[in-house]
Amino acid sequence: MKYLPLVSAGLFRRKTRTILTLASVVIAFLLFGLLQAVGTAFESGADSADARRLVTTARYSIIEPLPIAYARRIEQVPGVVAVAYADWFGAKYQNESNAFAVFAVDPARYLAMYPEFTVTAAHRDAFIAARTGALAGRRLVERYGWRIGQKLPISSEIHPQMDGSMAWEFDLVGIIDAEDPAIRGNTDVVLINVKYFDEARRFGKGRTGWYIERVADRAQARTVAADIDRLFANSPDETKTQPEKEFALGFAKQIGDIGALVTRILVAVFFTILILTGNTMGQSLRERIPELAILKTVGFSDGKVTALVLAEAVVLLLLGGALGMAVATGIMPFVNGSMGGRFPPLFVDAETWLRAAAIVLALALAVGIPPALRARRLRIVDALAGHR
Amino acid sequence: MLVEIRGVIKHYRRGGETIEVLHGIDLDIPRGDFVALMGPSGSGKTTLLNLIGGLDTPTAGSIVVDGRRIDRLSSGELARWRAAHVGFVFQFYNLLPVLSAQKNVELPLLLTSLSARERRRHAMIALTLVGLADRARHKPRELSGGQEQRVAIARAIVSDPTLLVCDEPTGDLDRATAAEILTLLQVLNREHGKTIVMVTHDPKAAEYAQRRLHLDKGTLAEAPEIHVG
Repeated sequence: MKYLPLVSAGLFRRKTRTILTLASVVIAFLLFGLLQAVGTAFESGADSADARRLVTTARYSIIEPLPIAYARRIEQVPGVVAVAYADWFGAKYQNESNAFAVFAVDPARYLAMYPEFTVTAAHRDAFIAARTGALAGRRLVERYGWRIGQKLPISSEIHPQMDGSMAWEFDLVGIIDAEDPAIRGNTDVVLINVKYFDEARRFGKGRTGWYIERVADRAQARTVAADIDRLFANSPDETKTQPEKEFALGFAKQIGDIGALVTRILVAVFFTILILTGNTMGQSLRERIPELAILKTVGFSDGKVTALVLAEAVVLLLLGGALGMAVATGIMPFVNGSMGGRFPPLFVDAETWLRAAAIVLALALAVGIPPALRARRLRIVDALAGHR
Repeated sequence: MLVEIRGVIKHYRRGGETIEVLHGIDLDIPRGDFVALMGPSGSGKTTLLNLIGGLDTPTAGSIVVDGRRIDRLSSGELARWRAAHVGFVFQFYNLLPVLSAQKNVELPLLLTSLSARERRRHAMIALTLVGLADRARHKPRELSGGQEQRVAIARAIVSDPTLLVCDEPTGDLDRATAAEILTLLQVLNREHGKTIVMVTHDPKAAEYAQRRLHLDKGTLAEAPEIHVG
């Protein structure tokens, strides 16, 4: 600690230059925090995937429905302990921009399949009991100011009712939520009762969009998936079954490979920071050769001078990194608020902080070691002679 | 005897060429002496001073300071030895511009186990001794050349070294300020018992020393009496 003023003195010898470099590090880590949050949000479906869950869709297209009758047959496959299914409603609420997911589900099967969702017992029972009942994600409820017991007028872009009307109405009977912020993004959904939906729709009766299966042993997941697909091979409705994580990643990649895009942007950002900070450190060292020689003259060992120069790089990047990450974490509630819940909730998780710490350390070493070694090799008489 | 130098030779390699700067120097400096090392440019004055102060090591010969052979010490041992036994004063002061006068003086004490309060107290004593206690919080750029050199002297004496080595300490100062600095060095020598070895071009500055040595082409001789007009 007693050397800290010396480190700070070296660092802030040229205040403007150091502050500008620091600002660029802050912005780089702010960008890192934000982009990682976006990447996490896109991958949250995959991250929250359960290794014991499989997803079955039609073999050739995810939008082709499968018979609801498959449920009983899938349940008979050895290793399968539970089956749920869901269908895409294609919802539109009030206007085009208010689009959110509405799934027609068997309430008991579906809620049992996702224990990570929190629903009160009263809301669960009400949803199972009410044919026109609906559960809505807490963020949707807050965004639109819905209240339990109210009617939800939701239009479908796919499914007309028997009378040809695309306008549907459900009773909001409960709220679906999740404690883990990574999973909360998956609750931006309205669940409706498939019994009512299937009876009331004009087309596609007796069919559903996809199945979700829970297997007894995660090690057997792929074997069970193959068994399910074999069961329906050569039928009019062949299936494709895969682990939930693969399904979620594949689904996210339909939008674009966000992870790869984020990585490429961040590599460019940190490479720029490496050059910028390295230049600052190198310039700072060249200007301070006589001062470093004086430190050695009064008795600072080569090791101490090396450590002092390295510490400057560590302090600069640690300060910038911590500030950038703190700002990124601090502005998330405002970013989420400004998006009005139309995007999965963004947050900076502990893993992102750990990655930031690792990047700080790697950058500090890459930037600090060359000048530190130069300082170590500095011969006092040569350095002082150069200053005469 | 504080400093005993025997048969010291110093070579430098410049390009592919080896240059012998000092040719077998023998020198004794008694404890409490104030020696002025004079001679033309390139005569090896600073090289000899650097060897006495442990900033460089000889190619051959021995250097004993206060009973210890410093020519055999490793780089780390020499650093520790310098911190404990030698104070340095240079022509261009070499203060750290971003630190206050007090913090500059405290620098050598960072290597000791003294507490922050103790370091501050020692620094203030040294600054008082050089007459700059009231400038403790000033940065070097806020001080005159003479004041900067006083701070450098305070830094040199703060750890109470036996030996002070001064390389052209008045080379960058006007005549009156130089006289003040030299008087201060004289006080440190006479009243505080510091042994001083000072390199200077200036015969007037050399007059403040008890003994003047003349170095020419790497060979040492007692300087003849100099009469300055």
